[in-house]
Amino acid sequence: MELDPIKDRHHHAGMIRRRLIVGLVGVIALATTLVARNAYLQVTGHEHYSQLAQDNRVRLVPIPPTRGLIYDRDGELLAENVPAHRLVITPDQVPDLSATLERLGEIIELRPSDIERFHEQRKRGRPFQAIPLKHQLSPEEYSHFAVNRHRFPGVETEAELVRHYPQGSVGAHAIGYVGRISESELRRVNPDEYQGSSNIGKSGVEGFYEKRLHGEVGVKRVETNAAGRVLQTLERQPPTPGQDLHLSLDVDLQRAGEQALGERSGSVIAIDPDNGQVLALVSKPTFNPNLFATGIGIDEYRRLQRDPRRPLFNRAINGQYPPASTIKPFVALAALSRGVRAPDDTVYSTGRYSLPGVDHVWRGWKEGGHGEINLKQAVAQSSDIYFYDMAYDLGIEAMHQFLAPFGWGQATGIDLKGEDTGILPSKAWKRRNKGESWYHGETLITGIGQGFFLSTPMQLAKGTAIMANRGHSVTPRLLSGVRPPGEETAHQVERETSPSELFNDVEASQWQFAHEAMIEVVHGERGTARAIGRDAPYRIAGKTGTAQVFGLGKDEEYDAAELPRRLHDHGLFIAFAPAPDPEIAVAVVVEHGGGGSSAAAPVARDVMDAWLTDDAP
Amino acid sequence: MNPVSSPAGRGHQLTPLQRRLHLDGPLLLLIALLTALGLVVLYSAADNSLAAVQQQAIRLSVAAAGLIIVAQIPPQLMRVLAPWGFGLAIITLVAVPFIGIEGGGARRWIALGPINIQPSELMKIALPVALSAYLAGRHLPPRLPDLIASLVLIALPVALIAIQPDLGTAILAAATGFFVVFLAGLQWRYIIGATVAAIPAIAAFWHYIMQDYQRERVLTFLNPEREPLGAGYHIIQAKIAIGSGGVYGKGWLNGTQAHLDFLPERQTDFVFAVLAEELGFVGVCALIGIYLAVVARGLWIASQAQDDFGRLLAGAVSLTFFVYCFVNIGMVSGLLPVVGLPLPLISFGGTSVVTLMAGFGILMAVHTHRRTWSG
Repeated sequence: MELDPIKDRHHHAGMIRRRLIVGLVGVIALATTLVARNAYLQVTGHEHYSQLAQDNRVRLVPIPPTRGLIYDRDGELLAENVPAHRLVITPDQVPDLSATLERLGEIIELRPSDIERFHEQRKRGRPFQAIPLKHQLSPEEYSHFAVNRHRFPGVETEAELVRHYPQGSVGAHAIGYVGRISESELRRVNPDEYQGSSNIGKSGVEGFYEKRLHGEVGVKRVETNAAGRVLQTLERQPPTPGQDLHLSLDVDLQRAGEQALGERSGSVIAIDPDNGQVLALVSKPTFNPNLFATGIGIDEYRRLQRDPRRPLFNRAINGQYPPASTIKPFVALAALSRGVRAPDDTVYSTGRYSLPGVDHVWRGWKEGGHGEINLKQAVAQSSDIYFYDMAYDLGIEAMHQFLAPFGWGQATGIDLKGEDTGILPSKAWKRRNKGESWYHGETLITGIGQGFFLSTPMQLAKGTAIMANRGHSVTPRLLSGVRPPGEETAHQVERETSPSELFNDVEASQWQFAHEAMIEVVHGERGTARAIGRDAPYRIAGKTGTAQVFGLGKDEEYDAAELPRRLHDHGLFIAFAPAPDPEIAVAVVVEHGGGGSSAAAPVARDVMDAWLTDDAP
Repeated sequence: MNPVSSPAGRGHQLTPLQRRLHLDGPLLLLIALLTALGLVVLYSAADNSLAAVQQQAIRLSVAAAGLIIVAQIPPQLMRVLAPWGFGLAIITLVAVPFIGIEGGGARRWIALGPINIQPSELMKIALPVALSAYLAGRHLPPRLPDLIASLVLIALPVALIAIQPDLGTAILAAATGFFVVFLAGLQWRYIIGATVAAIPAIAAFWHYIMQDYQRERVLTFLNPEREPLGAGYHIIQAKIAIGSGGVYGKGWLNGTQAHLDFLPERQTDFVFAVLAEELGFVGVCALIGIYLAVVARGLWIASQAQDDFGRLLAGAVSLTFFVYCFVNIGMVSGLLPVVGLPLPLISFGGTSVVTLMAGFGILMAVHTHRRTWSG
């Protein structure tokens, strides 16, 4: 190429300079864009991004409140929080998790369910969060681990408060238990209040008074880094501990009731007839609520649930049994107050009863009958024949109306969740639930507490208490006092003591008669519960009942020896003492225990002894 | 025309510094300002670690020594050496996939005795020198055969770098090559035509050249909320850091985003966010101002160069330096996708510093080695 270097250079210098200026313009334009962008972020968007930066670094950490304690009426602890040590693992500090778990298992007993739950929680948590592996280490385990801890990086022991029930299985159905919060429970409560809490009251008083016991969550504002590790606490708002609850339950009486039932299934309720305070609430078999507090293993829970004796089932409020003959004093009172019977009216009992125009013979429990008996004798000897006749004359509607205010057919209102209502039959009830009209024969068996009639032990106890206090309606209650945090003494819980007008049409003499009839049951020569009255140092008014589990054919005989135990009759007994000024009302159901007089009455006697005599345990 | 009175020589009485040491005072001052600012910000970004600052200071010193050495090379010699340097860079680039050292999902390094060299960085210098040397002896604006030859000279190394993969460096290398051709007078009709043709090319690039992680980055750039805890996390946290800095910043060492670990890669690619958080909009403007001054000085040097080779080379090096700044700040502040380029002279790291300093050395060499035409 033939180029004049100088000319060529000059020409190019000018062009390249022009291009350099274009480049400079482009550079300034782009730099302006950057400045504008940063102005947009830092000036216009400053507030927005400042908030985001703040949200980034400041986190609210909940501080769980200390759960309220539960005491019995004498101040004995029923539920407490005990310091314990738990073993926690911080996954991101553990080099080899499965090997660590394996080696831990050699010095500390780890159940498969412990490991299962650990892995579950680990998936939900963040890797720097310590996740509990085992709660409540035993002192041996704690010291074993302490000696070996250098072998386990990322594994530590932590102090915690664990719910503990010092009475063990005693009163478990009344006190209830706490357990791990489930998803559905978290939807029912304010989830904010449960941040930081791992447990919630599941049943019993623990469940019913969850709100009072739980307290209010506290909160810490902490600064965290991007990994979520807490660097410093900026502000602390302490939690409000839960309220301490004082129950009317007497743990000694409770224990006496449980011992009296022994290994048998059933329920014992003791109530103060003056105010409805529940003194004992027994449901057998029972269980150890301490299993739940630290997260019961799946296997143990299944075992409890599948146990055919149903230890988790609260028979006191969910067991529904025919009240059987225990209803007779109430029916007798109904007949007196409605003028259907006078105390001296007699019936000749042959042990059989039939209605005109009905081709059916109703049999009494006693073969051959009681002969000529009046109303008081009919109660004391529990004559079915007398009560068939009287119930027929009363009619189902009058019986229903009279018995309803005692609490049958509706919840007693006790401070426990999920109470069953039993059945107080009526014509309307039958039409509604069975779609059929009422038969006369059903009136007869309703009069002796059989047929459709079902009652919970709690309902029996409430009815007995109202009978004992001569018509003052009471609501069974476990809670008697509340001590808010920071206060010295407990406040008594306000109790509605409404002088009931429900029984205005029952005269005092009629109440008196019913009481005397019930005293005759225990202390009369021919009373069905005379066995427990013989050496009693106080007067007992009671009534036995025997609820059929197994429907007998018309002419069949009931022979306990030939029937499997699950088909044995339920033994029932209601009582109050001392007459005439009762301090305790008791209802006893012994499942498949046989007759009320032999199975249930002695249990009630033990409970009343424990309450009324000084030398009781 | 008398060469002595040529525009290139006019008014240029070289200072003793320029004459004897071949260094440019204003540029040196700006570089010193930048590196000082960089060390201050780095101290904070490294959680008040003096060790990191020392380490970076040593690197900067080594790189500065490189600057001084390069500045001593007369541009004429560079022009002669250009084909050899380019050839060496190509050979090492080709060798990378076979004998390179792998790191971070890419192969970019070659072990050369005790030191590791990065051929792509070498190419960032070799390409503009070679291209300027090639075009400076030709008719300008370049005719089509020269244009095609230039395109090959650019495309070959860019492709080799892109497949490593190192998208950031590939973009810079491409930009450098483009700037040389652009300054050489590339006709606007070619520029517009290429822009129109780029659209299908970008589609092809997206599908066949880009790696998954690069596509990921682009997608996440377009919508950072797509992956608030994944790739988008970087961008979101960087924007929070910048925005929360406000006009005056949270103060040096007081950035919560930086010091509480929210900001990823805060000593390297995302160091700009630390500066913006702690020194605020004022600090950002100061940084961009210094960068602009550097670019302006470089372009001034280009315009005052004695020959086309010097003009093209100095201009391309200066503009490339700005692209460096723009891409990094743009990606950290959410204007551009995250391509993985450090912030020039501020980010922690050695390789880019050496290349940058070599570039400044070239500028100084172009400016200070003057032939007197009278002789």
